[in-house]
Amino acid sequence: MKDNNKKSRRKFLDRGIKLGLAGAIGGIGLSKLSAKLNGNSKSTSKETMELMTTDGTLIQVDASEVQEVSNHRDHAMNYNVREGIPNRKFVMVVDLAKCKNALKCQSACNKSHYITGDNAWIKVYKMQESPDTAPFWMPTTCQHCDKPACVTVCPVDATFKRKDGLVLIDNERCIGCRFCMAACPYSTRVFNWGEPGQEVTLNMDMVNHEPTPEYAGMPSLKGTVDKCDFCPHMVKEGELPHCVTACPNGVFYFGDKYEDTVTNGEETVRLSQLLEDKAGYRLLESLGTEPSVYYLPPVDRLVDFEDGLEEFTEFQSVVKAEKPE
Amino acid sequence: MKTYENMVQDLAPREFGKRGIIWITVLSILIILGIVAYADQLIEGQVVTNMRDYALWGIYISNFVFFVATSFVGSVTVALLRLTKNAWRTPLVRIAEIIAVACIIMAGITITLDMARPDRLLNLFVHARLQSPITWDIIIIPTFIVISLLLLYFPLLPDFAILHKYFAKTKPKLSRWYGLLSLKWTGSPAQKAIQTKSIRVVALLIIPAGILLQTIDAWLFSTTYRIGWDSTNFAPYFISGAFVAGVGALISVIFVVRKTRKLEAYITEFHFDRMGKLLVLACLIYLYFNINEYLMPQFTAKKGEEAHLEALFTGHYAPIFWSVTIIGLVLPIIVLLFKKGRKPVPMFFMGLIVVIASWWKRYIIITPTLLEPFLPIQGVPESWHSYFPSMHEWVITVATLAMALMIITLLVRVLPAVPMQRTADEQALVATSKTPEL
Repeated sequence: MKDNNKKSRRKFLDRGIKLGLAGAIGGIGLSKLSAKLNGNSKSTSKETMELMTTDGTLIQVDASEVQEVSNHRDHAMNYNVREGIPNRKFVMVVDLAKCKNALKCQSACNKSHYITGDNAWIKVYKMQESPDTAPFWMPTTCQHCDKPACVTVCPVDATFKRKDGLVLIDNERCIGCRFCMAACPYSTRVFNWGEPGQEVTLNMDMVNHEPTPEYAGMPSLKGTVDKCDFCPHMVKEGELPHCVTACPNGVFYFGDKYEDTVTNGEETVRLSQLLEDKAGYRLLESLGTEPSVYYLPPVDRLVDFEDGLEEFTEFQSVVKAEKPE
Repeated sequence: MKTYENMVQDLAPREFGKRGIIWITVLSILIILGIVAYADQLIEGQVVTNMRDYALWGIYISNFVFFVATSFVGSVTVALLRLTKNAWRTPLVRIAEIIAVACIIMAGITITLDMARPDRLLNLFVHARLQSPITWDIIIIPTFIVISLLLLYFPLLPDFAILHKYFAKTKPKLSRWYGLLSLKWTGSPAQKAIQTKSIRVVALLIIPAGILLQTIDAWLFSTTYRIGWDSTNFAPYFISGAFVAGVGALISVIFVVRKTRKLEAYITEFHFDRMGKLLVLACLIYLYFNINEYLMPQFTAKKGEEAHLEALFTGHYAPIFWSVTIIGLVLPIIVLLFKKGRKPVPMFFMGLIVVIASWWKRYIIITPTLLEPFLPIQGVPESWHSYFPSMHEWVITVATLAMALMIITLLVRVLPAVPMQRTADEQALVATSKTPEL
């Protein structure tokens, strides 16, 4: 059933492109015709171009008749923010075997989202399931659940789930009841208890920026909830989320479930293969929240757990800059 | 035997004495302090509270739950005793209705104190989503306020007519107000028929409304995954808890009103005896649900649940947990099982203890659960690992409690605290004047 869906979606996309092309060519044909009818042929250049129609026949077109239209990519990005990027399903894979608590993900995230509070959106937990089992480092982002408990309880639809898998927050609508925070089993949401006070850094970047749920923290609003947004503002530009690129150990893989591909910036791998080979799992799977973040167990580690202890700060996740006086 | 005139004189509203004025002044000061603190919270944000990302709800919410619970008294005494044809309820229902109205109004106000963006209150209607338990609350609370107000108002109609006449000469202005409120009540059979029918409808409505209100309140918590909240037992647990809180509040308020208004002839030791039995029943039912909620899970407790129960039984919250359970629940049961324990004075203390314990009980339901999330608490300041309300929170919460007491006091001041007409009817007091009653 799912496969079928995927196929039909692909088919649809395929057709869309073809239709668009046909339209463009048709348009050219029409303008040519009208030019002929008007009798003012401006096609003085003898340069011709070869184009293929939808049924596969090649046609010759005068080069001057071909106009540049806005490209397909831009068109696809013109989507509804609440519905998401069409035909995508974003996922993340976190390879616990590689994490040594370098915390570069956290600092990159804090910086890029102008986090001024005391609770970072990315946490690297020092985990040990029981005294007999091995300790490991576990980075967490928002899990972008497919059955998000936070979205269910939100009374005003301020936090919402998109078709591309993202769970985002409309900070202009949030009433600050914090029910979503109570509902989230991953403790991933943070609250702006007071004035966020990010003006200084923000002002420079705020030029030409409209506040959008696609760029959380830009700006943060007092009395509303914030959390990891999977960086759609980067994805839109064809870039990876900040944490993925910042990680020196290639822990984070980001990608598209429909394409079955994820990348950590260095290597690109098949998602299904990776999860199968390395026994991928999800956090608190038994709750049935269906997270979009997968974890690979901390096996065959290249580094000692202890190495990460240097960076570990139990009571801090946001390093505060010196206040400019 | 009292005459009709005596009764009217006894029960008619009276101006505050010296103590009444002091009481009102104290309450006013507390309320003003609370408003100042709240204004500061609006300006600074909820950073002035001690709530943080883990303890994301605090006493604003537990106080809200307390108010909701206490408002259940209306459903219990008025409707339940009515349905079971317990005639002894007559002198108690008015005060029960007043408490219910005061508490449910304060519940509505209290919940908005917890909203960090009260300026966006309208979003709750404009963008309302039906699957959120908060939306259910927004539907049931105003509904319950309306039903409670009607249940207070309809039985008052004949009393307003009596007061209209009583104050006609001494206070014509006040008398006019009572006249207006009485909706031209003459006591004609047609009017009586409509009134009886209306009261019956509202009294029937308040039972499902009250049960729904408590249930939705429980669902606010049990619809989350949190350990300690994710319990199918929660709704009946909350309903039985509300039964206890409501009857406890009723006993405490009635004792004070009886004493200050010298109503010993109307609210007798017999009534206290009955209320005592009702409270024992409530406490026993609540104890049963407590056993279901805390003792039985011991057998199959998962790791997280075990830690939660341990924190309650022997850990950080043990002092509050056991005080609330033993002093606030077991002790009243023992005391009130004895006839001597059901005398007014011991009853008053038991009622007071039950109310205070009910308040802390809600605290112990909300806070520990929030501080035991699934993933460990790491990477946040050490102070975020625990929660105790800040000065702002205390001042604001005390102000809401003062406001509830203020509403109760003012209503007792302007309304007859004991239904006059019903008392007259039941005691077959005939007015010696030319009143057409009876």
